[in-house]
Amino acid sequence: MELSGAEIIVQALIDEGVEYVFGYPGGAVLHTYDALFKQDKVKHILVRHEQAATHGADGYARATGRCGVALVTSGPGATNAVTGIATAFMDSIPMVILSGQVPTPVIGSDAFQEVDTVGITRPCVKHNYLVKDVHDLALTIRKAFYIAMSGRPGPVLVDIPKDVTDPKIKIPYHYPKDIKMRSYSPALKGHPGQIKKAVDVLLQAKRPVLYTGGGVILGEASQALRDLVEKTGFPITSTLMGLGAFPMTDPRFLGMLGMHGTYEANMAMHETDVLFAIGARFDDRVTGKIEQFCPHATIIHLDVDPSSISKNVRVDIPIVGPVGSVLADMARLLKEHKQGPDPVALAEWWRQIEEWRGVKCLAYDRHSPLIKPQFAVETLYKVTEGGLYLTSDVGQHQMFAAQFYPFDEPRRWINSGGLGTMGFGLPAAMGVQLAFPDATVACVSGEASILMCIQEMATCKQYDLPIKVILLNNGYMGMVRQWQEFFYESRYSHSYVDALPDFVKLSESFGHVGMRVEQPGDLEGAMREAFAMKDRFVFMDIVVDPAENVYPMIEAGKGHHEMHLSPERELA
Amino acid sequence: MRHIISVLLENEAGALSRVSGLFSARGYNIESLTVAPTDDPTLSRMTLVTTGSEEIIEQIKKQLNKLVDTVKLLDLTEGRHIEREMMLIKVRAVKEGREELKRLTDIFRAKIIDVTETSYVVELTGTSQKLDAFIQAVPEGLVVEVVRSGPTGIARGEKGLTL
Repeated sequence: MELSGAEIIVQALIDEGVEYVFGYPGGAVLHTYDALFKQDKVKHILVRHEQAATHGADGYARATGRCGVALVTSGPGATNAVTGIATAFMDSIPMVILSGQVPTPVIGSDAFQEVDTVGITRPCVKHNYLVKDVHDLALTIRKAFYIAMSGRPGPVLVDIPKDVTDPKIKIPYHYPKDIKMRSYSPALKGHPGQIKKAVDVLLQAKRPVLYTGGGVILGEASQALRDLVEKTGFPITSTLMGLGAFPMTDPRFLGMLGMHGTYEANMAMHETDVLFAIGARFDDRVTGKIEQFCPHATIIHLDVDPSSISKNVRVDIPIVGPVGSVLADMARLLKEHKQGPDPVALAEWWRQIEEWRGVKCLAYDRHSPLIKPQFAVETLYKVTEGGLYLTSDVGQHQMFAAQFYPFDEPRRWINSGGLGTMGFGLPAAMGVQLAFPDATVACVSGEASILMCIQEMATCKQYDLPIKVILLNNGYMGMVRQWQEFFYESRYSHSYVDALPDFVKLSESFGHVGMRVEQPGDLEGAMREAFAMKDRFVFMDIVVDPAENVYPMIEAGKGHHEMHLSPERELA
Repeated sequence: MRHIISVLLENEAGALSRVSGLFSARGYNIESLTVAPTDDPTLSRMTLVTTGSEEIIEQIKKQLNKLVDTVKLLDLTEGRHIEREMMLIKVRAVKEGREELKRLTDIFRAKIIDVTETSYVVELTGTSQKLDAFIQAVPEGLVVEVVRSGPTGIARGEKGLTL
């Protein structure tokens, strides 16, 4: 089969089994778009801004576990995509980004729409390539998918100059199935000695905690994790990225940990004697002050990426390997042991944890005449019976969703944890909805975040994506306002959005349904109405208490035991 | 502590900038960096000199290993090794100074490789300290220009850092 560079790109995507490409055309990718036009296997989703192409591909990848694909043109197309690439990089999301580049003879001449895409993206990709010869194209794309999906996943960018896609130059096409790279070989198994050591320490534990992260979901190890908890009866907490890997409604789940984690999770972290970190990376939002992090604990850390280990926190027993395979190895060893964990110590530990739970750290004022954002998320859970794919933007609403919408399955909670990208939620929801056309997909957002990618309402119209936007509208950049209240004596510097659009009219102008809810009593009915519109995009503008804060809160640089609790905790 | 790290890299465009970008992005120290293709033209050998606490050095090695272009890595400082740096130094050499510089060159087993009526270019190879010592030994005010390669190194013994 003889193909041009442009045809090779499209054929390679077909051979990779790619369903959707999120993209936006432009000069440098015109040949490729022409090749896309002539086939019907790979579906192209036309976004309205390249940031949404990368977020869309990202949402698709997070929901399915498959590789997201974005296609953008050179120059501004590529720079617009950077935020989405960095978002995927920070959360280790597999993605291949194909970017157009100016023709090879003019590279370096400051040609029209030229930018050093490989240079700009280098710090926020797992790897990237500039393809200068059409003969290298198929192999490079194959490598890109392989690197993106294997080991610790991440985005890989392939920059393709326009002349490399020239429709007149046809070469024999061969797409390699298997690939081996001498310079890249991710760990496939954990070290048996380390695993045995870890199991021995776990069985000796008196006050154990499992601290799990996004790596459990990325490594498809949710079942293996559930088995571990089943076998040991250990308490488990999760980072923002790991929510849903273990059922959040299970009593052994302590809630999220970290800056806005629960009292019981954070206190357990502070008092634990054996911490088992699984696919988590000791992010500063999780650890708080490093010197006060788990002061009494022997720390076991399982991660597929060796550079994650002892990066922020010194680890006692490191295990490098895929989470699923190592947890399976551990399960075998646990079975061989006649004695399980110390039942008396564990019972005492659970008694202590239940006491912390009794603090009811997530309580809020249920009698407020205003809609409390927590109440809005609880109502969302009630109405959707926990069955959502829920994407989120960044800020207070993100934390409220993480605290009040318990996910029982992995890949249901989709948000930008590492980079904290406002504007992520709506385009990510598009990727989720395309992957699962029959699923109920909602995006919880704030009035500030949603405006950052609001143009994607047009994409949702074009492809009939019946997403529900749950806007917790408090008129402020809520998290900024909260920090200003706490740490800047309530000087609300530029955190008030002074000229908001009429979101109902705005939605209608895009051809969607808009709703506005202001009374707590109207909320559930309105939500039921919204979710009953199964084939419509509905934008719910929910006016919530502008002064509500996210609790508990650990100030940056404080220890886990130094939480602020809600002043309204007593009222509930 | 000072560490000399040898890295075998794919000889690909941009490999060097991935390494230098890594050091600047993560705030690691880099004292010197040399790189050139090996006998196998598809591979480059890089020698990095860096300083930091044991934790930082550990991270540097892990991060370097994580680069997709990195084939192999060895911390030479962990074992017995040989370290060499080359220097070309241009010195003002006039009248009786010419003889003194010639003697100095012999003492250090250096070579004079360019001569004019008023200058020498001296080539000297050795550890970085030896090169420092030579510069120190040149009489005040006579150094015109110094070019140093940065250290390269190789482990002692029969084992090689190869594929």
